[in-house]
This record gives sequence, C-alpha cells and structure tokens, in this order.
Amino acid sequence: MSDKVKVTIDGISIDVDAGTSILNAARQIGGDIVPPAMCYYSKLQGSGGKCRTCLVKVSKGSEKDPRPMPKLVASCRTTVMDGMEVQNITSPEVVEARKGVVEMLLINHPLDCPVCDQAGECHLQDLAYEHGSEATRYEFERRTFDRIDIGDKIQLHMTRCILCYRCVFTADQITNNRVHGILGRGDAAEISTYIEKAIENDFSGNIIDVCPVGALTDKTFRFKNRVWFTKPVDAHRDCPTCSGKVTLWYKGEDVIRVTARKDEYGEVEEFICNTCRFDKKKTNEWVIEGPRKIANHSVISANHYEQLGPPPVIRKNPALLEANKEQFERSTKL
Amino acid sequence: MLKISDTEDVIFSPELLSKFAEIVSRYPEGRQKSALLPILHLVQAQYGWVSSIAMDKVADYLELKPIEVYEVATFYTMFFLKPQGKYVLEVCRTGPCSIVGAERIMKYIENKLQVKEGEVTEDGLFSWRGVECLAACGMAPVLQIGPDYTYYENLTEAKIDELIDSLRLKTVDKPQIN
Amino acid sequence: MGRKLLLEHINVPGINSFEVYRQKGGYRAVEKALKTLTPDEVVEEVKKSGLRGRGGAGFPTGMKWSFLAKPDGVPRYLVCNGDESEPGTFKDRYLMTHIPHLLIEGMIVSSFALGANTSYIYLRGEMMPQIRILEKAIAEAKNAGFLGKNILGSGFDLELYVQPGGGAYICGEETALIESLEGKRGNPRIKPPFPAISGLYNCPTVVNNVESIAATVPIINDGADEYAKIGIGRSTGTKLISASGNLNRPGVYEIELGIPVEEFIYSDQYCGGIANGKRLKAVVAGGSSVPILPANLILKTINGDNRLMTYESLADGGFASGTMLGSGGFVAYDEDQCIVRNTWNFSRFYHHESCGQCSPCREGTGWMEKVLHRLEYGHGKLSDIDLLVDVSKKIEGNTICPLGDAAAWPVASAIRHFRDEFEWHVTHPKEAMERNYGLANYADPLPKPEDLHPVN
Repeated sequence: MSDKVKVTIDGISIDVDAGTSILNAARQIGGDIVPPAMCYYSKLQGSGGKCRTCLVKVSKGSEKDPRPMPKLVASCRTTVMDGMEVQNITSPEVVEARKGVVEMLLINHPLDCPVCDQAGECHLQDLAYEHGSEATRYEFERRTFDRIDIGDKIQLHMTRCILCYRCVFTADQITNNRVHGILGRGDAAEISTYIEKAIENDFSGNIIDVCPVGALTDKTFRFKNRVWFTKPVDAHRDCPTCSGKVTLWYKGEDVIRVTARKDEYGEVEEFICNTCRFDKKKTNEWVIEGPRKIANHSVISANHYEQLGPPPVIRKNPALLEANKEQFERSTKL
Repeated sequence: MLKISDTEDVIFSPELLSKFAEIVSRYPEGRQKSALLPILHLVQAQYGWVSSIAMDKVADYLELKPIEVYEVATFYTMFFLKPQGKYVLEVCRTGPCSIVGAERIMKYIENKLQVKEGEVTEDGLFSWRGVECLAACGMAPVLQIGPDYTYYENLTEAKIDELIDSLRLKTVDKPQIN
Repeated sequence: MGRKLLLEHINVPGINSFEVYRQKGGYRAVEKALKTLTPDEVVEEVKKSGLRGRGGAGFPTGMKWSFLAKPDGVPRYLVCNGDESEPGTFKDRYLMTHIPHLLIEGMIVSSFALGANTSYIYLRGEMMPQIRILEKAIAEAKNAGFLGKNILGSGFDLELYVQPGGGAYICGEETALIESLEGKRGNPRIKPPFPAISGLYNCPTVVNNVESIAATVPIINDGADEYAKIGIGRSTGTKLISASGNLNRPGVYEIELGIPVEEFIYSDQYCGGIANGKRLKAVVAGGSSVPILPANLILKTINGDNRLMTYESLADGGFASGTMLGSGGFVAYDEDQCIVRNTWNFSRFYHHESCGQCSPCREGTGWMEKVLHRLEYGHGKLSDIDLLVDVSKKIEGNTICPLGDAAAWPVASAIRHFRDEFEWHVTHPKEAMERNYGLANYADPLPKPEDLHPVN
C-alpha cells in the first residue's frame, strides 16, 4: 500500500506523504501557490491555525468524498486527503478573505517600519505588500503597550505583536522554563511575564528569530543598522550547547548581528544558543562558509551582496562602481 | 505588567489545602491542572482577590509554572487581580438587561456609592462594575455579588437602596464557598 | 397547554430534593436503561427520538453520540455544557436551580450510553449557587446508590463532578470548554480532531448541553416514539425557551416545538404580549448570536405562512428573511427600543468575549464595536454602514470557532432589516440622541408573495 496521497493545488498536482498538511504540500510544489503563514512554524508543535492568512478553499474533499469543505480552511492545520483539490490564488474568495485578514492584522499595528529593526525581514511587511490593500479603513486609535526589556538582550514591543504564539511555543518546546505567555484576552491579550522578570535561558534568544514581526528584537542589534544594508554570511563554530550553525550579519568588517539560519519561509533551520547569538561577534570566532542565500522576495537580497554584478544605478556611475568594488572585496575578504 | 510581585504573603490554611486536595482527586493522575479554576475561586473567596503571590503558591501546589496560572487568571473575568471592595456589585449590562434599564441602575449605583466603575469606596466596603450577560435575562436587570454569587433580580432603585443599606449593616464575614 | 416533559414537576414543593424527585417518578430512566437496555440501545433511542442539541447548533444528539470513538483501554468522557452565557438564554440555570436531579439522572443515562465512567458538569463560574445545588443532588443520588460503583447492580460505575468556569462566554464552545476543564485558557481548539476522537485529556469526549442531557430522561422513560410524536418534522419534542425583553411575562417556558411564534408572544399561557401595552418591533429568537428579525418577519415567513417555533420554520428564508432557533433565547423589543444601540451592545459583548486567538475575530469584533459606538452616539457616516457589513463578512466563516459568526450575524442582520434606522442615526444625529426611531414600518404586513414575484 502506498503511503502517498495525491493533492492538487491551484491546478498543480503532487504526491505527498499521508498526513501532510495542505500548506506543506504547497511548499513542496513551491512558487506563488504557497499560502502565506504568519503563525504556523513547522518546527513548533501545535503552532498554526490562528492568524488565518493561510486560508484556502477545498473545492474537492477527496476522491472518496468529493464534497467541498463548507468554509475556507487553515491550510497549515488541514491534512491532505487523496484526490483533494485546493484553490489558493485561483479562488477569488480566498484572495478576498486573505485581504480581510491582512487588514485585520494591520488595524492595530503601529506601521512604524521606519524605526523598526525588523523592517526588511518582516513577514507582516511582505504579507501586506503582497496581499493587502493600499489604505486602511480603520479610523480609531490604535492599541499601544509600553516597550519592555525582558532581560538585557531581548526587547518586547507588544504594540507590534500579532499574537502568533510562536514565542510561547518556542519557550515551551526549546527551553525548559517558560516565564512568558499570553495574558489577558481578546484584543487586550498580550505577551508578558506578568511580573517583570528576565527571560533567562540558553535558548531564549530564539524567540527573536521566530517572531514574524518586530515585537521581539535583539537588543544587541537595536538601531545598529537596517537589515538591507547588512550582508548575511553563513558560518559555524564548535559550540558545546547548540549546533553552532548561524548566519552572521556584517556591516563592513563588523559582525553586528548573529541569527539562526532561516529558510525561504523564514523558518530557522536549527535553533541556536544565546552564546552564539549574543556573545560571539568577532569574525575570528567563526568558520566562514559563504554568503547566505536570501529569498528573492526579501528586500535584503536587493543589495546584491552575493554577486559581482552591481545594480544598474551603480553600473552607470564610475564612482559608485569603484566604491561597490571596494565594498565587495572587503566583504569577500573575510 | 506588574513591576514587582505583590508583597503580602499568602499561607493557605489546612482547611483550604484539604479542599484543594479533594478537588485534585476529581481528575485523572497527572491532570491536576484541571483543578486550577476551582482553586482560584477558593483563593479569591478567601482573600477577596488573587494576588501574584497567591498565584505562585497555587502554581507550586499544582506543580505548574507560575506563568500558566497568570495566563489563566487573566483570561477569565471573574478573577480580581487587584484588591476590591468587600462587596463587588457586578451589574449585567448586556442586551436584555440593557433594554430594561441596566444602564440606569449602574448610573444609580455610581451616584449612590460615589465611586466610578472598578474603584473601591473609602470604607473599603464596595466596588461595582458592569459585566456581560449573567444568564438571568428574564429577571432583568440583575446583579451578582461574590464569592457566593447571590443574584439580585428585577432591580429597581429602591431595591439597590435596600441592598446597599443591608450590606452596610452586615458586620459578619461573607460566607465562603464550600 | 402543551405537554411538559422537563418541567412537569417544577412547581412541586421540594422537587429539588432526591426524595420528592424520586416520589414523582425520578430515576426511573436510570433503572430502565441500566437494567433493561444496552448502551447501544440507549443511543439508538436517542437517535430515534430526533432530539437535537439544545445548546444552539441543533445537531442531532444521537448522531453526535454515535460518532464517539471507542478505542480499547482509553477512557471516554461525557461533559455537560452548562456554561450558559448566550445573551437571552437562562433556561439551564432555571432547570438546575429547581430540578437538579433531572440533570443528574440524564447524566447517568447518557454516561451509561457512552460508556463514560467519569463525567463532568461544567458550569459557568457565576453559577456558584447552582454548583452547590448540583453537588448536593449528586451526594443524595450517590447515597441512594445511583452513582458510584456498580450502580443498581448493573456493573456500571460512574463518578460525577461539577466544575466551575471563570467568566468567559467562549467556554460554551465545546473545545474551549474542554480546554477550560483542563485548567487552561478557554481558547477553542482547531478542528479536526473533533472531541469525539480527541477531547478531554485527548480522550474521546461528548459535550452536550444541560437541556439535551435532561431530555434523555423522558426519551428513555416514555420511549423515543412518544418523544418524536411531539413537534413537527425534524423538530421533535419540547424545548425550553428563555423569554426576556419587553414582555408581560418573561421567564422560562417549556413549549412543544411547532407552536406559532405569535402564540408564544401573545398567549397568556406564555409571554402574555408586549409589556406596557406597547407594540412589538423586533425579536432575537435564539440568543444574541442569531439574526434579529423585525416584527413582521418574526410572525410570518416571507411566503406569508405563520412562523412556528421550530428549527426549520425559524430558519425559513435563510438569512435573507429568516433566523435560527439557536439556544431558544427569545428577546422581544418594543417600539421604543433602538436597534442601533442594541446592535452596539451585542457587538461590545462579542468584543469583550473574543478569546483573541485568531485575528479576524480578535481585531474585527473591536472594530465593529467602535464603528457601532460612533453610529449610536451621532458621529457616524453613511459609509460606516457598508463598512460594518463588509467587516462582518470578513469575520464570518474565517475564524477558528463560531464566535466569529456569532459576532458577525447580529450586525449584518440588524443592517439588513433595519438599515433605515441606521441611516437615520447618521442623517439625524441630534434627534437620534434625544429620541428613538420608533416602530416605523417594521410591523407592517409583509407584501404578498405574488407581489414580490409577479407571474409575468
């Protein structure tokens, strides 16, 4: 008996393992038909289903029971059935519902991208750009919270949070002592420790990486630079606590940030420890592997950090061309 | 977020602890977290509110992380996370109560007690707040007073006067939940 | 006067005690089920009776029971949903206060049918008096040998516990209720898996409303066929209706499904008409979540038939001109009530009660409340009305649990049927602060069907 089931998403068929979610089947196909996901995180058990951005239409339930599903479903938490047919970007209903979800996620978001460290690698930015409207119809005061430090390395800016719960799952599953959680309810719910306290744990820094927005940021990188001006380089070290496989973010010759390596969906490949993240910021502490490939849709890749061919604006200007060459040599000399 | 935890220590009496134990015994082995809501009710009945110290003690008793208790206590609206008046008048303000005068009753209570919603009277006896549907719509307007959650139904201004006066006269402690 | 199956003995003095309840024929259903029927036969009876979930969704109870997974060596649970928090609904409180043993008896019969040896009755935390009443009733029943080990020598064991909630409407949703019973925040679970497969403590679980469980008692006592004789079509048996609002005689009424809505409102047997000699403007027939209807549409269907108190008749016309029986929370509004204000009030309720887990409901309920508040207080714009409709559509169907729909429907239906009144609030803001819109044409006779759809 074959354990593979056939699913068709926006007209593209693929055979996947039984038990795969629609979202992961779509990721195996790749490209435009992959639904966006703000709360689902494949490495975190129990995540997903909450943000509703990955809603899709199941137009045929399965070969056995071809009835369509009555409502749009969260593709991250719906398992494929053999013969299932799914519509994502080919369904106007899905496109409209997703636009609605994006609008909801944005009505209380501060839109402070110009001063947010996450800008440039923010999933909400990408989502709004790809699936949202140009303007909001919300005319009321937005929800705000005070910024708080949860320890000396991590800042929580709750105003930006979209309540994806990823950081809570991370603390539960990666660390051994969760001290923060979701407090309150409804639109007054917030991530908090309730009583002011530091989140101290060898792996606590991972909550920064899993945060899809700028709600949890690295204080050691705060206001240091815009991410699109920095150059990601894969590196590793022999770390007793974690795999030691990281991405170093260079500005000139300085490592100004260390993160886990993230795949094209923004998910970390392996969680890293706080020592690697916060304390190892010298090039000589690392073995450099090479430039980190960043997905094309990200603004980070717009600075062409990994190729010789400079962007057209530079190509036309001899002075800039020279400067770019220098910059490139410096960053590849590492 | 609290800057520091509350300072007043909380020590559960042996009677209270035996009630806790009875509650825990209602659930399968290892599912003692189920006892959290009933225990928080008992704590609130005892102390009038649920302090952070009390929550930490409950967490300790049920072998939970403190944050698990904070998450739950802040989700449910019945738990007071700040000290309240001895008698908290909770007036239903939802649809069916609203159309037969709940707002008028709340205004009347506010004027009579001379405190705003959520505040405590100077003598420490009363606070009041509007709450959502109490499932007594046929007897609207209604209010409830914990910790035994007695309902006062078909409210009028005269009934409020009578209720508040009788509570003022009452010197004995509030009955506790079994 | 219709037949009473649940509230027959409600006025008997001392009926809340085991002794009197027993004298009045109480616990016969337990004896009959445990001594003469197999669990499957009980399930079959309930299926045959046509009983539909009395909590709001109206899903056939027997069918729900038959979905319960029965893997070997895994306990199964029955959880009674007594979270009753739907505005307009107060029947379960009434039943438990006055005739608690009916629920206990139903719990024993139902637990037997499902093979549950530990069952929980989850009540909203505000029902502390009812919790004490039920705990006393449980102790009495246990003392009489109807609970505990080897009940009536049948070999069936059952322990029954009452669990308080903590103040959260959302815990009436069955998976949120299960989460709450596990001591967690009342966040509804993402389905599948459904509770019948993985519910309380990840074990197969059935969650039933108080009234549904109580209804199993007359079904077993008199037989499914007798029960199914009452009512019309797929609406069988009796239903507790909680009547509130501007009525002469608000309260809980047990009705035979199928009586006309008009009779329920105006007959002296039931609500006795609109209070203070006023005229009826609108009705919310099944708890705040169901669409509100103007007087003319609640009394007649769009085709001019009498609207009946059944699942089907109330839903006649779909959401365009119908509503739902829901939980039977029947709220009547007289001509002096403001529909905009009421819609804002309900909207605030859903905003307050949203668990905040999924984004359309968390953000959308607050947004709708703010817009409605602005309309009610004379700062609205005409475009707000369409905005509300659109936001409600963006919530409806896109959330984890039905609270999103429940928040969207009252808003969408109020605008659908009372748009004039909403517009008047915008165009006459000062006047709207001073007086209500009044009855307008909301009680006018409906146009005849042939006028709506002329034949050529």
